[in-house]
Amino acid sequence: MRRLARRRGGYRANRVAWRWIAAFCLPALLLYGLFVVVPLVTAFYYGLFRWEGIRQGEFVGLGNYGEVLTRYPLSEEIPAALWHNGLFFVGTMAIQNTVGLGLAVLLYRNPRGKRFFQTVFSLPYLISPLIVGYIWSLLLSPSFGPVNFMLRTVGLDSWARPWLGEPDTALPVLILVNAWQWVGGPMLIFLAALGGIPRELEEAAAMDGASAFRTFWSVRFPLLMPAVGVITVLTFIGCFNIFDLVYALGGSDGGPGGAMDVLGLLYYRTAFEGGTNAIGESSALAIMIFALVFGISVVLERVLRRREVTP
Amino acid sequence: MKRLVVPLSAQVMLWTYAAIAFGPLVLVVIGSFRSNADILQQPVGLPDSVNLANYLRAWETASVSTYFANSILVTVGAVALCVAVSTMAAYALSRWRFRGRALLAAFFLSGLMIPAKLGLLPVFYMFQSMGLIDTRLGLILLYAASGVPFSFFVIMGFMRGLPTELEEAARLDGAGEGRLFVSVALPLMRPALAVVTVFQFAPTWNDFFYPLVLLRSDDKYTIPVGLTRFFGEFATDRATLFAGLVIALVPLALVFAFATRQIIAGLTAGMSR
Repeated sequence: MRRLARRRGGYRANRVAWRWIAAFCLPALLLYGLFVVVPLVTAFYYGLFRWEGIRQGEFVGLGNYGEVLTRYPLSEEIPAALWHNGLFFVGTMAIQNTVGLGLAVLLYRNPRGKRFFQTVFSLPYLISPLIVGYIWSLLLSPSFGPVNFMLRTVGLDSWARPWLGEPDTALPVLILVNAWQWVGGPMLIFLAALGGIPRELEEAAAMDGASAFRTFWSVRFPLLMPAVGVITVLTFIGCFNIFDLVYALGGSDGGPGGAMDVLGLLYYRTAFEGGTNAIGESSALAIMIFALVFGISVVLERVLRRREVTP
Repeated sequence: MKRLVVPLSAQVMLWTYAAIAFGPLVLVVIGSFRSNADILQQPVGLPDSVNLANYLRAWETASVSTYFANSILVTVGAVALCVAVSTMAAYALSRWRFRGRALLAAFFLSGLMIPAKLGLLPVFYMFQSMGLIDTRLGLILLYAASGVPFSFFVIMGFMRGLPTELEEAARLDGAGEGRLFVSVALPLMRPALAVVTVFQFAPTWNDFFYPLVLLRSDDKYTIPVGLTRFFGEFATDRATLFAGLVIALVPLALVFAFATRQIIAGLTAGMSR
């Protein structure tokens, strides 16, 4: 980060009057500081107190953190939500990013129509997750939804089911719908990374008699590790911040039996549908989620960076 | 022989996935032209005739027109404000030398890793004390603020790669700082500004979390919150729901059609950091 701000040799930055500097920097600083940084610091501060509605009570230190982790029902909802977020992350890595890689390799090898396919595959990217959720809840609805209708038409009556109404299928459907929306992201990153690999390496491997699969796995894939790293971290952050899509598919309770309940929904419910100490508890929860997501992303980035190779 | 077969199967796979990516959207668009009774009877099928009754109902009765106008106002306001302040800050930090410059840049960039939404509750109480609850101005400020790190990151990166000769020449000719920024630097920054604008547009247009909590009255709802209401009200009227969804998608489809290149540039800019 600092590298970006450091002066690059070659041109001389200029000295300018402070009033110019203030006029150019203050608007962004005020806006960002006031509405992004201050609230997060305030959340930490709120979490250290007991609250009676909106009246600030006594200082309890980390008491709210202990309370959130031990008091029923949160003591059961938090591990459940965490587990769902985890499954969601693993499922997304396995499906979305593998399909993304597959599509990138296909497009890399068949450049004809690349631009067209690239656009079509990443089209759902821009749609609001909420709208994506509504679209799929209509398509998947039990009796009048096109998906079940098509299954019945081709004779797979036993497969037709209320996809979002059964605890067993709700989370897998969530993973698939989410993958449908975001697959364009990993595809574009992999495509850019594939384009950066020198052709000579593959040609050398092919001349040595390596099969196509072998060439991919032993030559190209290791060189894709930086892209894999970026995608893993982005997927992790995305999966642990999810809210809109789950809300649209299953409401604020997280679908049938809470099968899709995730940390984002839990924070929302604690903050706005919670008891008298809602402010204290939800702030503690927010800080814990923040620490978890931020901490694991940093660790992930470190671990993955170590495995990178350069051509 | 093998050479012919491999590309063919690849083409088949590519087209199959294109159908998966595009099919659901096509079903929604087709559904929006059919009558509700028809959809309930036969979930997949073509419309008898092209009729716009569903669109009229969604637009007027379901007040999608109000939500649409609010979304336009909030999105345009927030994106304009965000791009303006980020451009000025990025220009100052990349062209002028002063104490605390590196620290300030790091401060802006740290926002790339902060999940700003976890500060929602403090934002709520802050807005309450400032009288910004249930106002579109509050949303504009909030979106502009949360867009600063990404916009700053992209514009700053662009400015670093931009040669300074033109600016130096203009300075020798006696142009003042304001003049330098407006007449020399801004026109050169246009590609970066395009990427940032497109990239702020979509998430702002799409956001659901902030208005869900910060807006109270119907007539201020943006499209995403409006849709949740709309879905409750018209739950059984599939045809109108489909039409409402299409209306909500139109602006993004337009952005996508006109700015594919900027979108792809932005995706790779955001991801190669």
